[in-house]
Amino acid sequence: MADIVTLAEAVRSLVHDGDTVALEGFTHLIPNAAGHEVIRQGRRDLTLVRMTPDVVYDQLIGMGAARKLVFSWGGNPGVGSLHRLRDAVEHGWPAPLELEEHSHAGMAAAYAAGAANLPFGVLRGYRGGDLPALTRVATVTCPFTGEELAAVPAQRPDVAVIHAQRADRRGNVQMWGILGVQKEAVLAASRSIVTVEEIVDELDPRPGAAVLPTWVVDAVAPVPGGAHPSYAHGYYERDNAFYVAWDAIGRDRDRFLAWMRRHVLGTADLDEYRASLAAEALTV
Amino acid sequence: MAVEASRRLHDGTVCFVGIGLPSLAANLARRTHAPGCVLVYESGTIGSKPVELPLSIGDGELADTADAVVSVPEMFAYWLQGGRISVGFLSAAQIDRYGNLNSTVIGDYAHPTVRLPGGGGAPEIALGVDDVFVLLRHSNRAFVERLDFTTSLGDNVRVVVTDLGVLEPRDRELTLVALHPGVDVEQARAATGWDLAVADELRETEPPTELELLALRALRTKGHEHA
Repeated sequence: MADIVTLAEAVRSLVHDGDTVALEGFTHLIPNAAGHEVIRQGRRDLTLVRMTPDVVYDQLIGMGAARKLVFSWGGNPGVGSLHRLRDAVEHGWPAPLELEEHSHAGMAAAYAAGAANLPFGVLRGYRGGDLPALTRVATVTCPFTGEELAAVPAQRPDVAVIHAQRADRRGNVQMWGILGVQKEAVLAASRSIVTVEEIVDELDPRPGAAVLPTWVVDAVAPVPGGAHPSYAHGYYERDNAFYVAWDAIGRDRDRFLAWMRRHVLGTADLDEYRASLAAEALTV
Repeated sequence: MAVEASRRLHDGTVCFVGIGLPSLAANLARRTHAPGCVLVYESGTIGSKPVELPLSIGDGELADTADAVVSVPEMFAYWLQGGRISVGFLSAAQIDRYGNLNSTVIGDYAHPTVRLPGGGGAPEIALGVDDVFVLLRHSNRAFVERLDFTTSLGDNVRVVVTDLGVLEPRDRELTLVALHPGVDVEQARAATGWDLAVADELRETEPPTELELLALRALRTKGHEHA
């Protein structure tokens, strides 16, 4: 059964230094507030896993929380580079970042294998090109047809962190819209945290919704707005202007650090973070 | 570029779309000559019909207007690997004469000069669809003799549309087959980092029609415009 707790409590009890942590989300429902709490609590030496690391991973990496990144596409969607990720890889700032790089299809297969308690995922992929020699992939032969296929080791994070639209009071989680690889990440992980827009008495059916039963989730934390600048379908839209603005903030080390100190380290929770962003917008 | 690419999509083409120019081209096709073109975004939306161009591949409008929304593992396993997608758009930082693409690093992999976002869906899209369309601005920084890194293979690249013209493979090698109005061969040669092969019968691309221009204008997103 999931405990319904504050985000700070969930991170304190379930995310440890040195853990492999997957804060998943595929443009939608990205657990940004949870990432901020990991930064506030000063977690170190994390292996961060995500198919599409974006702004919140840029922030975690730039604040020195990560030792390694497992990923398949690291950028600011529709905008450009993640400058903190680039700085870590290109210049070792603030610390060197080990990379384990895959393709989307490979990462998806690795998560699905993890959720299925299989040792590896299998796909027709990683054929040719320079990546296969530089990452964790091997070849298996189909015992029935003889076809050679790619095998990727299952992804089994210590902790999966996702954001969902809502949960009921027992901690059953319901999410809909673009769901990426979040269900697989939770089922593949040893522990899981789900932040939600709201806690409701009853989860009435929604078209295309996935439900994670309370007994596969460790902690549910109500964090309305917790996906910002990503979005929560049915609640609020993607803050595209923020993603565009992040390019200039993330580009410069000092400006990045000042921004993080003011809006993340200098705030206690999401409400204060939002107030801090609103105050800055008024002064610009 | 978007107009030239859009003309190669037809009713019933199932098309794997990335953000930016590919999304513009595919939506343009859907709003002009190919209303039955099916747009698939790797975030999991199948049959999206956005009114306004999205900034990211996962914008809510893509899900709201889709025929189906599936998980990312399902997208890559059942739909792409399953052979249900006919056309895939790709772009990159570098391309070579065989249509191989680099979107991973400039410089050495372990110590890159520029760390690019990475392959994402590209390696499996490049080999999992029937026809790959590449959209890329023409410059000798992008059109290189030798890639710094091979992210995806050019085996299925059928056309490369640039801001100068159109290249298609002839005996595997990308060959200039058309130029946009006002562009000459020397410009294309100068912007290509290898000795560019030129087709004997070089076409001129048709300028955008009134209908295409109207549809383009209607589609442009605020703040993010692509010609």
